[in-house]
Amino acid sequence: MAILDVKDIRKRFGNTEVLKGISFSLEQGQVLSIIGSSGSGKTTLLRCLNFLETPDGGSIAVNGQVLFDAAAAASRREADIRRSRLHFGLVFQSFNLFPQYTALENVMLAGRLLAKEQPDYKARKKELLDQLDQRARALLDQMGLSSRMDSYPHQLSGGQQQRVAIARALALSPDILCFDEPTSALDPELTHEVLRVIRSLADQRTTMIIVTHEMAFARDVSSRVIFMDGGQVVEEGPPSQVLEDPVQERTRRFLESYHQSDRFTGP
Amino acid sequence: MNLMLQQFPVVFQALNVGFLQTLKLFFVTGLGAIPLGLVIAFGSMSRFKPLSALTRLVIWVVRGTPLMIQLLIIYYFPGIELHNNWWGGGESGRFLASSIAFIFNYACYFSEIYRGGIQSIPKGQQEAGLVLGMTRGQIFYRVTLLQVIKRIVPPMSNEIITLVKDTALARIIALQEIIWAGQSFMRGSHGISGAIWPLFFTAVYYLLFNGVVTVALGRLEKRLDYFR
Ligand SMILES: Nc1ncnc2c1ncn2[C@@H]1O[C@H](COP(=O)(O)OP(=O)(O)OP(=O)(O)O)[C@@H](O)[C@H]1O
Ligand SMILES: [Mg+2]
Repeated sequence: MAILDVKDIRKRFGNTEVLKGISFSLEQGQVLSIIGSSGSGKTTLLRCLNFLETPDGGSIAVNGQVLFDAAAAASRREADIRRSRLHFGLVFQSFNLFPQYTALENVMLAGRLLAKEQPDYKARKKELLDQLDQRARALLDQMGLSSRMDSYPHQLSGGQQQRVAIARALALSPDILCFDEPTSALDPELTHEVLRVIRSLADQRTTMIIVTHEMAFARDVSSRVIFMDGGQVVEEGPPSQVLEDPVQERTRRFLESYHQSDRFTGP
Repeated sequence: MNLMLQQFPVVFQALNVGFLQTLKLFFVTGLGAIPLGLVIAFGSMSRFKPLSALTRLVIWVVRGTPLMIQLLIIYYFPGIELHNNWWGGGESGRFLASSIAFIFNYACYFSEIYRGGIQSIPKGQQEAGLVLGMTRGQIFYRVTLLQVIKRIVPPMSNEIITLVKDTALARIIALQEIIWAGQSFMRGSHGISGAIWPLFFTAVYYLLFNGVVTVALGRLEKRLDYFR
């Protein structure tokens, strides 16, 4: 059974339909990369999956459980939406760390607040907090940040901040971790360290959806690639097909223009 | 000069009594206006349009008219126009009316500072909180609030220093604060009359108190220096 089933997601802002019926599914441990030109709806799709936007149509199911169905959307309460969000994690282009907390506190904060909702929190407080602390430290360690746990975001480089953001998203053990152009705000050297971390997550079979412009990385790390254009999935398949030998003319044109601009801006 | 020295102990004591009333008005205004300003700020940012429009209209009127006129209206309107003095007589009535006028006036100024502070926090942080399963309340108290406080301390410091001096406006309804106390020696009080230096001397009180306020707020600003 697929871990994620997205069916016919539609989203409009005012009069423009930004997502025109997006469907795909994802198996446990797969990495899906989404490519496409600016304005094609990639960010909007990730925001719909994380319920930062409410789709106007379609459904989203995780592990066979329907989390969202546009037909029943009106009756959803804020608390249900909150629960649904926990199935997904999202790493933003601009990191969005909380500046007044250290790296470790950033990673632990949400878990601590969730732990308080457990009925036996009072009795097991120390044990629960110790667990959270250990997990947060292990994650930061895995991100190569064991020496920066007590640093505040402004004391970290962009690449380090993004790795803290990844640890923060992983701390709640989401079923699917989404990335929205995680390296677009970074210098090339820093891009490298973040991509390395994402690749190691792929090696550990973390289910991920990655919106990216790093074609070489996408080819390397993905199980499947989707090319989006004008709010639609134009082509979907293994990276060897979509990125190297696309069937669709539009995909071909996108990749060509991409390689051209690559040549102009490249070193 | 000799005369001034002779008068000093009596004047000093009277000014201290007046200054106590000044301090009372200052702290009551602060304690009332700081939280009320937050309520007004939320009102002006409400997604319910009639509420935000009404709140902004009220803020515009309060900020667009002199506090002195607001004081006069609040103090005299009930008694003269409604023939029912809500405030009660005497000094306690004047203090109550002054407090209401000051709290409301300053809450409107504070609310605009709060609104600017809240809106200056990048929306991405709220979204990051939502994605992590935090409630809107948790995001406000755990993520947004401290950053807002950090950003509003400098503009709030300006307002608070202005408030120290603005308390003198309550003199217009004869609240017996320090200016009133200083002036009383011109008319004649405690056996001294025709003395203007006590009125001038009140400036020293404002200056010293503002010094203390400036240092305290500067410390707060420093304590929030650990993040950006
Ligand atoms: N909140 C919004 N209100 C109105 N229009 C929006 C909103 N968010 C996105 N759009 C529009 O929807 C379209 C798709 O935007 P989206 O950000 O999803 O594209 P994208 O594929 O992520 O582009 P990029 O590669 O530049 O990040 C764009 O035309 C954008 O202007
Ligand atoms: Mg985008």
